[in-house]
Amino acid sequence: MELKEKLVSSFMAFEDTVDVDLPVHDIRLDAIKAFEAEGFPNKKQEAWKYTSLNSILKNDFSVFPKETGALDYKDVKQYFIHDIDSYKIIFVDGKYSSHLSATTHDGIDVCLMSAALNKPKYKLVIDNYFNKIATKDGFSSLNTAFSAEGAYIHIPKNKVVEKPIQIIHFSTGNEAAIMLQPRNLIVVDENSHVQIIERHQSLTDNPTLTNSVTEIFANKRAIVDYYKIQNNRQSASLIDSTFVNQKQESLAKVHTFSFGGKLTRNNLNFYQNGERIDSTMKGITIIGDKQHVDHNTLVHHIEPNCESHQDYKGIFDANSTGVFNGKVVVEKEAQKTNAFQANNNILISDKATINTKPQLEIFADDVKCSHGCTIGQLDESAMFYLRSRGIPEKEARGLLMYAFSNNVLDSVKIPEIKNRITKLIAQKLGVNIGFDL
Amino acid sequence: MSKYTEDDLREELKTKEYEYGFYTDIDSETFPVGLNEDIVKAISKKKEEPEWMTEWRLEAFKVWKEMTEPEWANVHYEKPDFQAISYYSAPNSKPKYDSIDEVDPELLATFEKLGISLDEQKKLAGVAMDVVVDSVSVATTFKKTLAEKGIIFMSISEAIKEYPELVKKYIGTVVPQKDNFYAALNSAVFSDGSFCYIPKGVRCPMELSTYFRINQAGTGQFERTLVIADQGSYVSYLEGCTAPSRDENQLHAAVVELIALDDAEIKYSTVQNWYPGNAEGKGGVYNFVTKRGLCEKNAKISWTQVETGSAVTWKYPSCVLKGDNSIGEFYSIAVTNNYQQADTGTKMIHLGKNTKSTIISKGISAGKSQNSYRGLVKINSGADNARNFSQCDSLLMGNECGAHTFPYIEAKNKSAQIEHEATTSKIGEDQIFYCNQRGIDTEKAIALIVNGFSKEVLNKLPMEFAVEAQKLLEISLEGSVG
Repeated sequence: MELKEKLVSSFMAFEDTVDVDLPVHDIRLDAIKAFEAEGFPNKKQEAWKYTSLNSILKNDFSVFPKETGALDYKDVKQYFIHDIDSYKIIFVDGKYSSHLSATTHDGIDVCLMSAALNKPKYKLVIDNYFNKIATKDGFSSLNTAFSAEGAYIHIPKNKVVEKPIQIIHFSTGNEAAIMLQPRNLIVVDENSHVQIIERHQSLTDNPTLTNSVTEIFANKRAIVDYYKIQNNRQSASLIDSTFVNQKQESLAKVHTFSFGGKLTRNNLNFYQNGERIDSTMKGITIIGDKQHVDHNTLVHHIEPNCESHQDYKGIFDANSTGVFNGKVVVEKEAQKTNAFQANNNILISDKATINTKPQLEIFADDVKCSHGCTIGQLDESAMFYLRSRGIPEKEARGLLMYAFSNNVLDSVKIPEIKNRITKLIAQKLGVNIGFDL
Repeated sequence: MSKYTEDDLREELKTKEYEYGFYTDIDSETFPVGLNEDIVKAISKKKEEPEWMTEWRLEAFKVWKEMTEPEWANVHYEKPDFQAISYYSAPNSKPKYDSIDEVDPELLATFEKLGISLDEQKKLAGVAMDVVVDSVSVATTFKKTLAEKGIIFMSISEAIKEYPELVKKYIGTVVPQKDNFYAALNSAVFSDGSFCYIPKGVRCPMELSTYFRINQAGTGQFERTLVIADQGSYVSYLEGCTAPSRDENQLHAAVVELIALDDAEIKYSTVQNWYPGNAEGKGGVYNFVTKRGLCEKNAKISWTQVETGSAVTWKYPSCVLKGDNSIGEFYSIAVTNNYQQADTGTKMIHLGKNTKSTIISKGISAGKSQNSYRGLVKINSGADNARNFSQCDSLLMGNECGAHTFPYIEAKNKSAQIEHEATTSKIGEDQIFYCNQRGIDTEKAIALIVNGFSKEVLNKLPMEFAVEAQKLLEISLEGSVG
């Protein structure tokens, strides 16, 4: 049976597991209809021109994972940013793992989507925010239809959340192939600050497909700092859709670090509904083997005096493929917009491919918009400089590539993450950079 | 003059009329409207073409019937009714002229209005011209001078008769019949166009030039240009276009094929000024053009275009860099005003080693127009050390127009170096202020800035053409240039 049919028919079974009297169930019903009509995207669609899903969708994914044994913290400690105190929302095969997690209701809500959807006290927030900005494309609709579990974070007015929040989704592979559909909702009210780290990790060589949707609402003057760490196994694929709705004077930053996984697609959409908003999207992609990473970004400038910054660096080895499709839309009311977009790539292997399409659509005249895009190699003279000072070729290359991706790390606010990423970069490049950063 | 502001400029832009909108009353022979196999055969017969050419056309027609119009471009327009167009219209004063004196005086007057008096051109500029009115070539000047060098420059229908082996060998090799919807249509019904062959090692002593004009109502212009530069030769080719003002939309679907053999160089410049429609967006020419060049070893093809006319432009002059060390260049200025829509750009396909390409595109949008750059840079895995530089700048005037960029970059070789840069801006108040401060009034200042903005491309045009290009910028953006 085709995966699409299987999913549509499993929806009835899914209905047995959730409360169908909730208003959210109407949203689910609409979404499954939308998915049935839309189906999975294919290469004929402009947004998926360079990314083929055929090899992934042919897997016979199980939609309802079996109950799993608990994971031991010591076995998965390496996937946490463990050297800082943090709130944790941990899922194993889509199910909440209470003993690995550390949630709170103390002034802020860091808890579960299942609780938020079912308990009356969250009703107002769910009514106002749930599924309000997610698009109606195939994957997002599918996620909405099966939305039951994920992280729910609500930061009320004037709160600075002291500790970062970690959201980790593990898949253990006690099934041949598994499909997970986490759904996250993050609402940050006026003047509040929050830092969030998200990771999807497979612990098995069985194929996994994660179709994740995250909605983020940054209200007036809120600051949201979001880090996505993607360093998964060759068996794991991820479709990650993130929607950010910003109100005036808010600041939202999303850093995406893609170091592994069979296929990773990052849909990142920013909607600027207010003046003087700042949106930042940065990413480092270092991949090899037969990996495929596709960054698809959209910044929709709707009101005047806003800014957006995009900076994506990529290093591609072996048979890997990198895709960057960045779109900036400036509506005619959005005067005095500053929008910048940069995408720099290095190809290390002749079998690696880069497809990039930085796209501008501008309807306002008083704007400063630019995009730059390069594909190139390491600077020969810089290599020579390092070699002439006795640094071996491999290390010299590593250093230069580290330097190449470094300015993305500059804006990372949590030193432990910076450290971790530096180590991951060194590991990916196969060198010991040998200095602490 | 009191203070001249951008609003005044916008006002002027709105009211400025198309200067070349006259209609010449020349007897002409027009086919009935509609398209079917018989019309294709009739065109072929009319042109006294050999059998293989008729077959080639019919093959294209067969493919075209199966195809649908492309939808992907960022333009919106009423689809032309291909059965409501006459596919052949020729000025009636046949036969061909040997010297310029024999040309219908009224036709000559037309050219004078266009500012391209053949006489003048012949004496002063030394430009050899092929003039195509309603898709039939009416005059080729300087044929004899060129013949001495062995250069063949004639209308393509003559070439089919006189040099069938050359035409047969190259036609459709760069733009195959089934390449796209409009190319297939053109292949089936093209009525004339220019053919040019530069023999080995010859440097063409003068600029070759074609002037296209749609005159008759309800006709489509389908010309086909084939330029072949043999080993080590050089040619600079110019092309200009105008059409009278009409309320209905006229269709122009041309195909241009360039073939640069080893060490050859072709420079192809276009000044396109088809009727853009009136200020309400009524009428105007649909310009759907397929242009492509093929570079063999060490060859170079350079496209330069100034696009100021047409209601809808859909045009991507491209280079296939097949040979090692070959070079492709694309320089473009696209000006849109009122309700004009342009979706233009280039494709650079790098196949050979050490191939280089440069793309400079300047878009200026005013009024309610939409201006898009769409380009593809593709580096194949065998194209070692390929190099590309692209720059697309857009200038917006007013907040009712739009500028869009759709650059596609695909790299499959690790030694490739690609740079792409795009900016969008308006004429800065500080820039105007700076000029005002130095006693330059606002109108002149805008002229200065727009000129500076497009200088990189204007500089690439041959001398004779640069003047005309400037004139066309004037028409399209009067008040801001000159």
